[in-house]
Amino acid sequence: MQFDNKTGTGDDILIQVRGLAFRRGSRVIFDGVDMDFRRGAITAIMGPSGTGKTTLLKLIGAQLYPDAGSIIVDGQNIHELGQHALYNLRKRMGMLFQSGALLTDLTVFDNVAYPIREHTDLSERLIRYLVLAKLHAVGLRGAADLMPSELSGGMARRVALARAIALDPMMIMYDEPFSGQDPISMGVIMKLIHELNNNLDLTSIIVSHDVREVSSIADYLYVIADGRIMEQGTPEQMKDSRSDWARQFLNGLPDGPVAFHYPAPDYGTDLFGG
Amino acid sequence: MGELWQRLSAPFTALGRAVLQSFERLGHSTLFLLQVIKGLPAILLRPWLVVQQLYSVGVLTTVIIIVAGAFVGMVLGLQGYNILVRFNSESSLGTMVGLTLVRELGPVVTALLFAGRAGSALTAELGLMKATEQFSGMEMMAVDPYKRVLAPRFIAGVVSMPLLAAMFSAVGVLGGYVIGVGLLGVDGGAYWSQMQGSVDFTDDLMTGFYKSLAFGFVCTWVALFEGYDSVPTSEGVGRATTQSVVHASLAVLGLNFILTALLLETS
Amino acid sequence: MISRRTTEFLVGLFVAAGIAALFMLAMQVSNLSTISLGDTYRVTATFTNIGSLSARSPVKASGVRVGQVTAINYDDQRNQAVVTLSIEKRFDKFSVDTAASIYTAGLLGEQYVALQPGVEDDTLKDGDSLLFTNSAMVLERLIGKFMVNKMEQ
Repeated sequence: MQFDNKTGTGDDILIQVRGLAFRRGSRVIFDGVDMDFRRGAITAIMGPSGTGKTTLLKLIGAQLYPDAGSIIVDGQNIHELGQHALYNLRKRMGMLFQSGALLTDLTVFDNVAYPIREHTDLSERLIRYLVLAKLHAVGLRGAADLMPSELSGGMARRVALARAIALDPMMIMYDEPFSGQDPISMGVIMKLIHELNNNLDLTSIIVSHDVREVSSIADYLYVIADGRIMEQGTPEQMKDSRSDWARQFLNGLPDGPVAFHYPAPDYGTDLFGG
Repeated sequence: MGELWQRLSAPFTALGRAVLQSFERLGHSTLFLLQVIKGLPAILLRPWLVVQQLYSVGVLTTVIIIVAGAFVGMVLGLQGYNILVRFNSESSLGTMVGLTLVRELGPVVTALLFAGRAGSALTAELGLMKATEQFSGMEMMAVDPYKRVLAPRFIAGVVSMPLLAAMFSAVGVLGGYVIGVGLLGVDGGAYWSQMQGSVDFTDDLMTGFYKSLAFGFVCTWVALFEGYDSVPTSEGVGRATTQSVVHASLAVLGLNFILTALLLETS
Repeated sequence: MISRRTTEFLVGLFVAAGIAALFMLAMQVSNLSTISLGDTYRVTATFTNIGSLSARSPVKASGVRVGQVTAINYDDQRNQAVVTLSIEKRFDKFSVDTAASIYTAGLLGEQYVALQPGVEDDTLKDGDSLLFTNSAMVLERLIGKFMVNKMEQ
C-alpha cells in the first residue's frame, strides 16, 4: 500500500541528536550518532534486534542519560532540564510502548483519561468528551468499559495510542508498533499512525524492524547497527542503496555482511579431528 | 602456582564481592526509601489512593492475622498451663499469655505473616507493573511513580501493621482465655486480674506498639524495594517475591532483638 | 471489581477494629485502668533500705491500692532513700503519724509500700513527710541474724 506522504512544512527540526554515545556495562550501544527528526514528518529507525533502538527512544525521552552527546527537543537540551521542566516537556511527548503499558487495574476509559486527570483540572464531563473522542479516533470507543486484560494485543496497543494522544502532544514515539500483529491489525496501525500524524500535526518516530510496513509510511529512514548509522534516506533512496549491508537488511537476505554462521572452527576438523 | 593461588582465594574473592554487593544494595534501597518518603506529602492530595492500599494491604490480611492470633493464643493457653501447673502457679496463666503476646508474639508473628501475605503481594504487583513497562509509561506521561504508586502503599503498610498486631494480641488473649478458663479450669477472675497486674501500659503495651510500627516500616520498605527493583521478567518477579519475604522476615527478627534490648527496662 | 463505596466501608471497619483492639488491650489487658489517672497529692518517706521498690510500685493501705511511688531519690546528707508517694486525693484522711513500711507481695513477689494509719487528728497534706518508716527486710540480713542466733544457742 502506498500512502501520500506529507513532505513537511519547512525544514524545522523538532529533535536534534548530536554525537550521542551510550554504553551499557562494557557494551557500546551508540558510538557518536547524529540524527535529525523533522517536524510533521514520520521518521523511522530500523535495525537488527538488540541494536538499542528502544534505548534510543528512552534517551530521547530522558529516561536514560547518555555518556556523551546531546539531544535537543524543541529547542531544549532534554538532559539538562530540572525535574519540573522535564515533566512539562514530557507532557508534550507521547510514547507508545511495545506492550502498550496500560495500567492493569483501570478500565480502558480510565487509562485514556489518566493523563488528562493527572495534568489538567477539566471537569468529568469534558474529560468524557475528550476520552471518547480519542477512543473514536483509534476505533475503540465501544471498548471503553473493558479491562486491559480483556483486550487483544492489537487492541491494547490502540488504547495505548489513544492514551498517548490524550493531551494532544507535539510528537509520538512508537516502539515496535507492528511486531507480532496479524495483517489486518498491521494495516489498522499503519493507517492510524499515518492519519494521526497528518491530522494532528504530529511528528512521529517509529522504531521497527518491519521493513516493508515502515517503508510504506515513513518519510525518512535511519538504519542503525553496531552503534552507528549504516544508512539513511527517504524510502526511495534506500531502495537504490549501494551498501551490501543495507541491501541484506532491507531485503531480508539470510546471508551477507551479517553472517549466517556463528563463528566456529572448521567443520571438517570439528567433526572428525581432535 | 598462580592457578593454585586463584583456586584458594576464589571463595574469599566471592565472599568479598558478595559483601560489597550487599552494601551497594543496601545503599540503593536507602536512596529508594528517601525517594518514597519525599513522595509522601503528595498523598494528602489523593487520600483515595491510600484508602485503596489500606484495603489491599490491611483489610485482606486481617483474616489470616485473626485466625493465627486465635490459634497462637490457644496454644499459649495450653502450653502455659502445662508448664505453670508444675509450680502450682496456673492462676498466673493470664500474666503469661498477656505478656508473651503483647511484648513479643503480637508484633513479631504479625510482622512475619504480613511479610508473607501482604509483602509478597506488594512485591509481585510492583514486579508485574515493572515487567509490563507501566512505570516507564507513567514516567513518560510525566507522572511520578513514587508519588502515585509507592508512597500510598508505604503509608498503608506502616499504618496497618500496629492495627493488625493489636488485633492479633487481642484475639490471642481471648483464645488463651477460652482454653485456659473454659477448658482447663483456670479461674476466670484470676486470669484477667493477674494479667492486668503485670502487663504495664507503658513498658509492655507501648513498646509492643512501637515495635510493630518499626516492623511495618521495614516490611513495607523491603516489599516495595524488591518489587520496584526486580528484573522485569517472569523469572525475575518470582525471585523478587521470594527474596522479599526472606529479607523482610530476617530483618524483622533481627530488628526485634535490637528493639527488645533497647526498650526492655531493667527496673 | 469491588465498588469504591464497599472498599471505603471495609477500610473504615478495618481501622475501627484495629483501634478497638488497641483499646481493648489497653483497658482489659494492661494495667491502664488501675493506674490512677485522678488527682493525687504527694508525701515523702525516708527509708534506710528500699529493697527492690521502684517507680510505679503500688502504695497500699489495708491491702487496697491508694496510690503509687512516683520518685525515688538518695539523700547523701542523711544517707537515706527519699521516696515520693502519690496518693489519690480522695484518700485524704491519713493522719500525720501514719507509718510506711515496705512489704513484699507473696513470697517472692514485687515490693510495695504499705501505709498504717496512726491516731493523730491532723491529716497528711501535699508536701508532708512521713515520720514513721520501716525499711524493707533484706533476705541476707535475716539469714545472717538467724545464723547468729543459732550460733548463740
